[in-house]
Amino acid sequence: MSARRYHSQLRQRSAERRVETHPLTWRLREDGAVLGLEEYVEKDGYAAVREVLSHRSPDDVVTTMKEANVRGRGGAGFSAGMKWSLTMTGPNIPRGYLVCNADEMEPGTFKDRLLLEQQPHLLIEGMILGAYANHSRFGYIFLRGEYVEAARVLSRALEEAREAGWLGRHVAGSDFDFDIALHTGAGRYICGEETALINSLEGLRANPRAKPPFPGQSGAWGKPTVVNNVETLCNAPAVMRHGAEWYQALSGELSDDGGTKLYGVSGKVARAGLWELPIGTTGRELLERAGGMRDGRALKAWLPGGGSTGFLLPEHLDHPLDFDTIGELGSRLGTGLMTVVNEDQSVLSLVRNLEQFFARESCGWCTPCRDGLPWTVKLLQALERGEGEPGDLEMLDKLADDLGPGQTFCAHAPGAAMPLQSALKHFREEFERGVATPPRAASAAEPMPAGDSFTRS
Amino acid sequence: MNQTTRQIASDGLTLDDEERRAIEHARDHYEQPQAACIEALKIVQRRHGWVPDAAIPVIAETLGVGVADVEGVATFYSLIFRQPVGRHVILVCDSSSCFLNDYEALRDALTARLGIGYGETTDDDRFTLLPVCCLGACDRGPALMIDDHTYGPVAPDDVADLLEGFS
Repeated sequence: MSARRYHSQLRQRSAERRVETHPLTWRLREDGAVLGLEEYVEKDGYAAVREVLSHRSPDDVVTTMKEANVRGRGGAGFSAGMKWSLTMTGPNIPRGYLVCNADEMEPGTFKDRLLLEQQPHLLIEGMILGAYANHSRFGYIFLRGEYVEAARVLSRALEEAREAGWLGRHVAGSDFDFDIALHTGAGRYICGEETALINSLEGLRANPRAKPPFPGQSGAWGKPTVVNNVETLCNAPAVMRHGAEWYQALSGELSDDGGTKLYGVSGKVARAGLWELPIGTTGRELLERAGGMRDGRALKAWLPGGGSTGFLLPEHLDHPLDFDTIGELGSRLGTGLMTVVNEDQSVLSLVRNLEQFFARESCGWCTPCRDGLPWTVKLLQALERGEGEPGDLEMLDKLADDLGPGQTFCAHAPGAAMPLQSALKHFREEFERGVATPPRAASAAEPMPAGDSFTRS
Repeated sequence: MNQTTRQIASDGLTLDDEERRAIEHARDHYEQPQAACIEALKIVQRRHGWVPDAAIPVIAETLGVGVADVEGVATFYSLIFRQPVGRHVILVCDSSSCFLNDYEALRDALTARLGIGYGETTDDDRFTLLPVCCLGACDRGPALMIDDHTYGPVAPDDVADLLEGFS
């Protein structure tokens, strides 16, 4: 077998995806090709924009979004309607910006890529609605630099939309002016943090900003700025078209959260992939759709929504995957894409891999993050080699606390602490086995190496 | 090309008209010129493969911003290269899902085949090898990018054939 070019794909056939139940994916083509403007418009595309701009007020749009309870799909789960209602607007307030966070880099997350590569007009339509609701003057799609295919697709779609009058002066013949520019990044995970993203957009180093002021008060260039994730914005057209009640009902009895979610599974499963399902679907159903664990191995642990979420156990598979339920289990729904660990795989090594990632990607602004994360990596590497020392686990416990919420400007360090802390709780014996017995003599102790496994040994 | 000739080439760095126009066009998308600085660095990198030191004051002057402001940005972002790279850059995803799908074996196959580690370039200037954040290709990991394209899953045995296509 030879390596193949990667293209994003959904694992659901078109027969399963219907307009009534799959607001994000019902239009997607079976062959995975990009949906051009013509086909998008044929399939009810831009109908929400036409309707909203001619018949509804911005406040009305915000209210509907709030009632639908669309919770932020980038991982934080904050109500998008609530966020929109906090944007400063008024006669003496300058019109600001609507920014789409398309900086998808959360380990284990591959959902926005699908929407960006195959259905760019859904995002553009969602952005127009968001901009209208927030009185935004201009929009940016902040796209990670590695998504080259998505950049090509989006550039073309923006041109198409502009030519057809969906962007620019007098959007869809209304009094509302709005246009969008594509901004491609140059790497660094931290750009996904909304205030770091704003700094990066302004051409600065992507360090996060202190909050308050929140971006809705003072964001890009000091103007009110709304930052929403790709999937969040892609929900807006269907919410406006079919109403908050309909959207809420999509999840039925499964969850208090409304709508559907692009869920996914990766790791050693039979068929990793992506599915659009009602929010509140269980981890077990996802795992079944993925054909179960590969090679008949048992499930040992799973991350519910990316590298910055806490480990869950097989016994948690029957809980609905929504923001509140997963939060109550001590983890976070995050991006909603499960990463599974099988019985032969070491949680200690996986945590080491995750902490290496977070250490490398720290912007270095706050001390606990800049200094604490490399320290966790060194302790974890020692445990992995069986050279840990008594007190190492307690030191990791303390570091996980010190990296937790409230110690740093942004959620990077708390995100790194979550898998570490939960692994220490659920798989403590794996870490304990890494402590050398008998302890290494003081004379055998060597200075910690400055580099790590990034360079050839 | 050895280090000396590279240094001399970078000392005489100028932007051609097209590059200057592209930077000015990017600047028009934003409220402040500083915002176009990442795009300007990418424009320089497109021609040279990397961003030589001499490009920094040229970009600063074109945008009317401080040299230190451009330098600060140019040293922050992982896809802005501040030393020469090979004709093709291989970005190997080392994040959790690829890790769980045995990315380390792929990394070892690459380093063995190319005779270089992360951050290094082959003697014939053909390839540079770098790790990268989760590529968002977790359903077919382990994944990697070569230049503008993503591949996955890539087994260690695929490496020889895959690299063959890049001269």
